Amino acid sequence: MSVQDQVQARLSEAFAPDWLELENESHMHSVPANSETHFKLVMVSSAFEGKRAVARHQLVYAELAELLAGPIHALAMHLYDPTEWSHKTHEAPASPNCLGGSKADAGGLSR
Amino acid sequence: MDVMEQIKEQVEQNQVLLYMKGSPNQPQCGFSARVVQALMACGQRFAYVDILSNPEIRANLPTYANWPTFPQLWVKGELIGGCDIVTEMHEKGELEPLVREASEAA
Repeated sequence: MSVQDQVQARLSEAFAPDWLELENESHMHSVPANSETHFKLVMVSSAFEGKRAVARHQLVYAELAELLAGPIHALAMHLYDPTEWSHKTHEAPASPNCLGGSKADAGGLSR
Repeated sequence: MDVMEQIKEQVEQNQVLLYMKGSPNQPQCGFSARVVQALMACGQRFAYVDILSNPEIRANLPTYANWPTFPQLWVKGELIGGCDIVTEMHEKGELEPLVREASEAA
């Protein structure tokens, strides 16, 4: 199963999201073609209701801990509860492009 | 000193502290660069730690913070978030008052 599929499966099970959009943004970074290292997640779930942004991110990080300790280098997240999402235009912000740090950085990863 | 104690001391002694890849003048990662930009726009001094040249902190801060990636912005000893959260706060106008208040309290 691809990393992308694994992330989607785990998040779907854990958060029963109203909306889940996972984009592979690895091509924006200094990694080989067809890598699965950098992702952007937009997710809407009632699990985020009443929680601050840091706590929401930590919930997702906990669920994906193994993958983040392994293949995933960076995960941009835009997490909303259903009410917030209904007030938005359904467009999450764009992620930044690479500045080449992992080439200079033998360890590679964002960790 | 134990690295966990070192981290604790850093986040407690610096009102506004950014753990990042590279330096504010030469960020080594787009996510770090974006947080630096947002912080610079707040017009206050801030401290930073380059985790690329501090491998022990890089290895242990994720455990300390329950947060696996960098950059990480800490204000008054509390984790504010990474690039996504800081950028969003900046766009909503919430970052500047938070940073200003912390700086004035120093």
